[in-house]
Amino acid sequence: MENPYIPYLAVITDIRDETVGERAIKTFRIAFQESSVSKNFTYQPGQCAMLGILGKGESMISINSLANDDYLQFSVMKMGKVTSGLHECEVGDAATVRGPYGNGFPVDDWKGKDIILIGGGIGQAPLRPVINYVLNRRKQYGKLTLIYGARAVSDLCFRKELLELKKLKHLNVHLSIDKKEDGWKEFVGFVPDNLLKVHPSPKNAIAVTCGPPIMIKFVIANLLKLGFSDEQIFTTIENRMKCGIGKCGRCNVDNLYACKDGPVFSYAILKNLLNWSSG
Amino acid sequence: MTAFSLPRNEADDFLVALIEKQSLFAPVEKDSIISYQLVANPGDALWNFSNSTVPPKGILFPQTETLFKFTGSEVSGGIELPPQEKETVIFGIRPCDGRAFKIVDHIFGWDYQDPYYLERRARTVLVGLSCYEPASNCFCTSLNGGPSSKEGLDMLLTDLGDRYYLEVLTDKGGKLLNKNRKLFALALDSDTKEKNSLSKKVESKLKRKVMSCDELQKKMGDLKEHKFWEETSLRCLGCGICTYLCPTCHCFDMQDEVTDGKGRRVRMWDSCMFREYTLHASGENPRPTRVERFKNRLYHKYKYYPDSFKITACVGCGRCTRYCPANLDLIDILTEIGKI
Repeated sequence: MENPYIPYLAVITDIRDETVGERAIKTFRIAFQESSVSKNFTYQPGQCAMLGILGKGESMISINSLANDDYLQFSVMKMGKVTSGLHECEVGDAATVRGPYGNGFPVDDWKGKDIILIGGGIGQAPLRPVINYVLNRRKQYGKLTLIYGARAVSDLCFRKELLELKKLKHLNVHLSIDKKEDGWKEFVGFVPDNLLKVHPSPKNAIAVTCGPPIMIKFVIANLLKLGFSDEQIFTTIENRMKCGIGKCGRCNVDNLYACKDGPVFSYAILKNLLNWSSG
Repeated sequence: MTAFSLPRNEADDFLVALIEKQSLFAPVEKDSIISYQLVANPGDALWNFSNSTVPPKGILFPQTETLFKFTGSEVSGGIELPPQEKETVIFGIRPCDGRAFKIVDHIFGWDYQDPYYLERRARTVLVGLSCYEPASNCFCTSLNGGPSSKEGLDMLLTDLGDRYYLEVLTDKGGKLLNKNRKLFALALDSDTKEKNSLSKKVESKLKRKVMSCDELQKKMGDLKEHKFWEETSLRCLGCGICTYLCPTCHCFDMQDEVTDGKGRRVRMWDSCMFREYTLHASGENPRPTRVERFKNRLYHKYKYYPDSFKITACVGCGRCTRYCPANLDLIDILTEIGKI
């Protein structure tokens, strides 16, 4: 019998600082020890994996590279035991990976539609592969809009990439920060307010939002105000997880497990579930 | 299905044979707590008891177990799996606890196979013992069980006074019987009749009942936002005893332990009644108070589990009611739900 609890052994090949401070974010590139594992490790945008360090444990982290990229990438906010451990790592240090887990975004069902991505803070991580997936198949999708914000300029995740994306013609990027800073020419205020200002049309569109639970709550309320139906709204549930394979129990939202049935849920499903967020 | 008979004065010989060839777990009483322990002498095994304090689930799903060992964080050290255990017999399982294994099989065998539970399950023979004296909070008949329910078991013994009536229920049970065939005589039709009438008599002793599983599943679907939950859960202390003694509770945590560069990843029982169970590293908690946690536990048993696996995750053993330090009576709670 295969043992789903045994992780793949891997090594950290690259580390980049995304943001600094108490809850800093770093981006890690990981390479499997065995090349056969790399070959078979395919995944969809929005899928996750258990990223770990032997001796510290594992955390479920969104994979933000694409399956056909030549690297496997995770962005991790320093928060608990495992993520703090990862932040102490250096290039060449050992890590472990189990997965890929979860359902991912139904990106192929969205072909022909406008895509509006609304992210906050580390919530940009699961959105990153969606952007790149659509950009790689640009003609198969309608308008692509990114509305992304963080508390301050220094908290914007993937800042360099975002500035590059802003230069692209076939992608609309609307950034925001919570409080005014010198030299900032974009929106000042919360992400849900920026969403209202950008005012995307719900016609033949899909809206995806990832970020802190409280932001998601207000983003969804505003999307509904803009005329989006429950079925047009998608988000991810990032509950605490241990096994990642629907056994240990804690990530449940009603009879669904965030690790297996999620992390991606449409609001049509989510709105009928209990305790999906305390935000 | 063939039935057999075992004279009472030869019952210990059966246990001796089991001890010789397998690891035998049997109900044992120590400090007024009845639990299933590895036994070396047939005299240690209890035959007469209502039900154990602690269910036998921990034999297949240990309270703490090593998933694998590793050497420091050195990749070169690799990962070492625990050794396989020898064939095990659990003797004297009450039919409710036998059914519990059948229920738990779903979660451990769902999609990803859990090799620790499933391989142990495959190497274990479950020998049931029909109930003859249900406890005051037993309500198995409401959960599709009964004093002689066979689901989940490989063999079932029923006490007929001077002899035991033995039913072989699975191939695994058949193999165990064949190893000890000379101890057993073929049962007579009169034995079967006696056993059936005894089962009915014991069933009539069960005083507590709740609505059917289907009704409960439907009713709870309608009650998600009811104030009943807040009022009822006020008394809950969040101690988690109901989950530790529940034969179908299966939640676990995983932790790494490292001593002198040698480490192991361990899994241990966890409880949905604890705040930390769902607490995010950020401080966010989707079930922040006992109201949500209490409600989730009951929904998981009577609504979510049957929604997912078409079987209610409760066998009506009554342990949660019996051992709750706050005297929360689950059967009363389920009855109340029916009245709303």
